Amino acid sequence: MHQVYDRIDRDPRFHALARARSRLGWTLSGLVLVAYYGFVLAIAFAPGWLARPLGPDNTVTVGIATGLGVIALSVALTGVYVWRANRSFDRTNADIVANATRVAGGPYDAG
Amino acid sequence: MQASAVAGGGGASTVAIALFLAFVGATLVITWWAARRTRTTKDFYAAGGNITGFQNGLAIAGDFMSAASFLGASALVFSFGFDGLIYAVGGLCGWPLVLFLLAERLKNLGKYTFADAVSLRLAAVPIRCLAACGSLVAVVLYLIGQMVGAGKLVEVLFGLDYAIAVCGVGALMMFYVCFGGMIATTWVQIIKAALLLTGATIVAICVVIQTGWSFEGVFATAVAHHPNGLAALSPGGMLHDPISVISLGTALMFGTAGLPHILMRFFTVPDAREARRSVFYASAFIGYFYALTFIIGFGTIALVAGRAEFLDAQGNLRGGTNMAAIHLAQAAGGELLLGFMSAVCFATILAVVSGLTLSGASAISHDLYSSVLKRGAGEAQVVAISRYSAIGLGIVSIWLALLFEEQNVAYMVLLAFTVGASVNFPLLFLVMYWRGLTTTGALIGGILGLTTAVGCILLGPTVWVEVLDNERPIFPYKYPAIFAMAASFAGSILGSLFDRSARATRERAAFTDQYIRSQTGVGSEGASGH
Repeated sequence: MHQVYDRIDRDPRFHALARARSRLGWTLSGLVLVAYYGFVLAIAFAPGWLARPLGPDNTVTVGIATGLGVIALSVALTGVYVWRANRSFDRTNADIVANATRVAGGPYDAG
Repeated sequence: MQASAVAGGGGASTVAIALFLAFVGATLVITWWAARRTRTTKDFYAAGGNITGFQNGLAIAGDFMSAASFLGASALVFSFGFDGLIYAVGGLCGWPLVLFLLAERLKNLGKYTFADAVSLRLAAVPIRCLAACGSLVAVVLYLIGQMVGAGKLVEVLFGLDYAIAVCGVGALMMFYVCFGGMIATTWVQIIKAALLLTGATIVAICVVIQTGWSFEGVFATAVAHHPNGLAALSPGGMLHDPISVISLGTALMFGTAGLPHILMRFFTVPDAREARRSVFYASAFIGYFYALTFIIGFGTIALVAGRAEFLDAQGNLRGGTNMAAIHLAQAAGGELLLGFMSAVCFATILAVVSGLTLSGASAISHDLYSSVLKRGAGEAQVVAISRYSAIGLGIVSIWLALLFEEQNVAYMVLLAFTVGASVNFPLLFLVMYWRGLTTTGALIGGILGLTTAVGCILLGPTVWVEVLDNERPIFPYKYPAIFAMAASFAGSILGSLFDRSARATRERAAFTDQYIRSQTGVGSEGASGH
């Protein structure tokens, strides 16, 4: 198995894939963390802002709308990641693995 | 109080009991069917790895939407208004992080439990012991919360004695887990998730209809009925200082990523692709459910608060604030909906405790017995040990539920999240993302995280003042998650940096292989068949 890992390690496409995946993952994580901690810190330090009604005729407050918005954003970003990963990333990954195991003369030879 | 034990008169109980018996009947058939398909350890722990992403998404959502989150979150909104919603938002926001940072790597590295993934390049014996400890503490705290909730619910709904209710729940959960393993546990969870989503949708629709056919109407009616008026829609009802807000928010978000019974679900799907899809479905279902919680929570203020038929002789809510959502079902949809929601809530508790018991039993049998105590034990023997562990855990949790009858359910569950966030999550995250982590560092960090969490809870306002009757707390905050999590990360990082042993060098060198496996899935369990 170690030989297969070694070959994958030497494949530049693997490192490009890992970089792309980690860039996407960390960017989306950053967005979720900013949105969520924004909401949490607003509760901690700016409760007055969250308590404002959305408009003159509303009782629904900024806080309620923000809370629902953070939930909607989280679900949407989850969808974005799965959509990207299950299309392009998985295909590239399959190519890299197929290449590394083919050279070895069979799937997952002892190593 | 005895007279008020039955929720809404004979009719409601008949509907509830009939529906509840139908659910138990169906789950027993599933268990019988699953028992015939459970032969290997892979069947028992991971449902043979044959669950699809969609099914697993529903099952994860089912695990997460416990009675504590449905009854507990609406109870918090009922009591504290806006601040109760932080549970809903925080619980959901953990999911994207699980997906972006952990899910596929976990699936590629592990076999049945998250301890498999963390012990791959570290010393198996001590690390498995640490992971099993983290799992068991979280599982037992969570179990107590759910069992106490179940006992109270049955007491109020069916008029049964608390002790009998707790024993009944314990017996059913031991039965599901022992005979049906992960296959039965997953399908029970899927059915329950579908029932709970349906029930919550109906309640929310009824609330919107009764308050004038608009989202705005729900909140306007709530404000009109709440003694504090508009303040109910603003922060500050429950959390009074910034540290508490941030610490609670952190426990909710990162605790999700450290709950062993949920992490275990990623091993029931065939590959990383299905693991990802399951998180997407799970977060969509959970997000939808928590959005409904906004309506249901404020619906309890709009339609239940202050109404004489829901109060006891002292003017408190009948059955405690945890029953707010159940009373709302009656107020919004009459006896039929009350019966339906009561049965659904009970089904929810049964399903969640089964998932927890299975996870605890796996920690004992797979992580401790077959990997530490008796390496090389045969499959049949390991499955047998799992079954004994499930029975043992069942008995322990019945005993603890009787002991902690008066504890606040939502707080017990929050402690489980705190342990998840300060022991399991740092370990899992560092082993996957930091080459430098060594066994010594992981042990120091894990033990530090666990003792800080437990110590701060014992010396904090909830135990030191409320339970032990001391005047002022030694540790001032109710929610210790940020302190325990920081201690855990700091311990792991410093312990690893100062680790100069030969073993540490080997462990750092093994990171590359682990990294490639986690990224590509080459060499992962179940992948070799393709």
